[in-house]
Amino acid sequence: MESSILLIQLLNGLQLGVLLFLLSAGLTLTFGIMDFVNLAHGSLYMLGAFFCASLTLFTGSFVLAVLIALPLAALAGWLLEWLVVRHLYERDHLDHVLATFGLILCLDTLVHLAWGPSGIAIPLPAWLNGQVELGSGVTFPSYRLLIIGTGLIAAAGLYWLVNHTRLGMLIRAGASNRTMVGALGVDIKTLFTGVFAIGAMLAGLAGMLIAPITEASIGMGNDIIITAFVVIIVGGIGSMKGAFVAAILIGMIDTMGRSFLDDLFKLLMSTEAAETAAPAVSAMLVYIMMAIILAIRPQGLFPPKTR
Amino acid sequence: MTSGTESTAGNGFNLFALLLLLLLAIIPPALYLTGNPFWLDVFTRLVILALAATSLNLILGYGGLVSFGHAAYLGLGAYAVGVPVYHATYGGMDIIASYNGWLHVLLAIGVSALFALITGAICLRTRGVNFIMITMAFGQMVFYAIVSIETYGGDDGLTIDLRSEFPLISLDNPLTLYGLCYVSLLAAMFLIHRITGSRFGMVLRGARANEQRMRAIGVDCYRYRLVAFVISGALCGYAGFLLGNFTTFISPEMMDWTRSGELMFIVILGGAAYLYGPIVGAIVFIILEEVLSGYTVYWHLPFGLLLIFSVLFLRGGLSGALDSLIGRRS
Repeated sequence: MESSILLIQLLNGLQLGVLLFLLSAGLTLTFGIMDFVNLAHGSLYMLGAFFCASLTLFTGSFVLAVLIALPLAALAGWLLEWLVVRHLYERDHLDHVLATFGLILCLDTLVHLAWGPSGIAIPLPAWLNGQVELGSGVTFPSYRLLIIGTGLIAAAGLYWLVNHTRLGMLIRAGASNRTMVGALGVDIKTLFTGVFAIGAMLAGLAGMLIAPITEASIGMGNDIIITAFVVIIVGGIGSMKGAFVAAILIGMIDTMGRSFLDDLFKLLMSTEAAETAAPAVSAMLVYIMMAIILAIRPQGLFPPKTR
Repeated sequence: MTSGTESTAGNGFNLFALLLLLLLAIIPPALYLTGNPFWLDVFTRLVILALAATSLNLILGYGGLVSFGHAAYLGLGAYAVGVPVYHATYGGMDIIASYNGWLHVLLAIGVSALFALITGAICLRTRGVNFIMITMAFGQMVFYAIVSIETYGGDDGLTIDLRSEFPLISLDNPLTLYGLCYVSLLAAMFLIHRITGSRFGMVLRGARANEQRMRAIGVDCYRYRLVAFVISGALCGYAGFLLGNFTTFISPEMMDWTRSGELMFIVILGGAAYLYGPIVGAIVFIILEEVLSGYTVYWHLPFGLLLIFSVLFLRGGLSGALDSLIGRRS
């Protein structure tokens, strides 16, 4: 019994970790190559969810909706980069933060104008809406398995893109020395825009994947973006490997803390005290871990060598 | 935007600041006495926001430390009123259960200073963008911690049944409350003025301008920054104490990270490293909020556009723009 709960929670943790990775990948890419802090990354996550919701209701097929919404999310990223972000590369981080904070307010309101104040639920097709037998009587929602699978495939694809393609080579070169890459005749502006659009697409994908579970709602990106920040700080800003490891780690710790901390506390203190303390501590667990890791390694777990 | 104009503003602008403070002393009470209590409320909020922004200005403007978690201190200060009052009313936690205002102030400042000390010690080990995100994350940590404590209402917040009790004065009188906030703002501005003029303040500003050089002349920037971080946190906690007494309703929503963003907006728009920048910023912010939100529920859209616009085109904030305008004329 106990081990089956543990297995389910491990999978839940993995699912959260995979989603966090999709979000942090774009953040860490834009930071690594462009030295740009994008608070509005969470808004792209939200946009992805809303695109997907509308398209699902319009086409009647969730999978088709995701396939159409992906390029739309990339387009939204491209548009943002072109309108606002590219004018900020030369500025300092404070300006990045303020301007993208303004973008969040704008995008939240625009979504409010376009889709109304309430959230939109996305119906899942029947073949995704079931339970999967994981042996010995343990069942797990098949859709959550799909999220894990999609996320891992996206991670593998990203690994391939960054490490084994010409575009990836340019991205890595751009991250270590922008000026030199530009001097070698690469159109660095277009490269930046492309990277930003890829990041937007990944964030949008994360939003589309979570929307059938939580529904698409305004401000949904504003909570998870902070956790994504914690992920890239812990992983080392600019490091893709760090983002992946930290995302899975934080997904696990958060999920495990929420499900098992009160049992653990009950061994140490009275039941009543444990029931008060456990939720508070488990809510803070991720941040406490961040504090500990930073106290030991201020640059994060895998700081990129060139920075 | 922190790099750019130096902090000492021209004499002409000091006169403007004096006028601003004078108007804040006269207009709100006058409005209240002529039967517009609503506007006194607006001004009370303005002054509290200006006080919180002043505390942020010490580290953001003068110290160049972009703290994105300052709303947490506002919240801690407000809960330092709410929690003792809750326990005094409903029992439990006898150590802090009290209506005594002095205890609330002490608790607000003490808890905020302690939180600033612990998180600051970790945050200040990092640079640049890491610092921004980590302060943000710690702010959000307080947010989630309070959300998950059911005793104090969790997500729904907590109503403060009775305001802090002080001898001689009663904060239930809106005019007295406004007076307290106003005097607190004056005191805070004086404090920041003295700090930034002192050797300590010089080191802080020197560390912002060129840390390497400060280290070369033998200054340990880390310790100075940490002290400034703690002072700033404590002052913001005090602003939270006032805010709790003003709203008499506290919820985790007041320490959400978007609130921290608004505080930063106030400091930057008003003009970072200008003593009265936060007041200018708070005035603009309140006007925007009151006017735009009265006009349309979608007021965040023009507000956000203005934010983007001011970052792209208005460097040095409003005080900086005004300053260069006056400087050009003379």
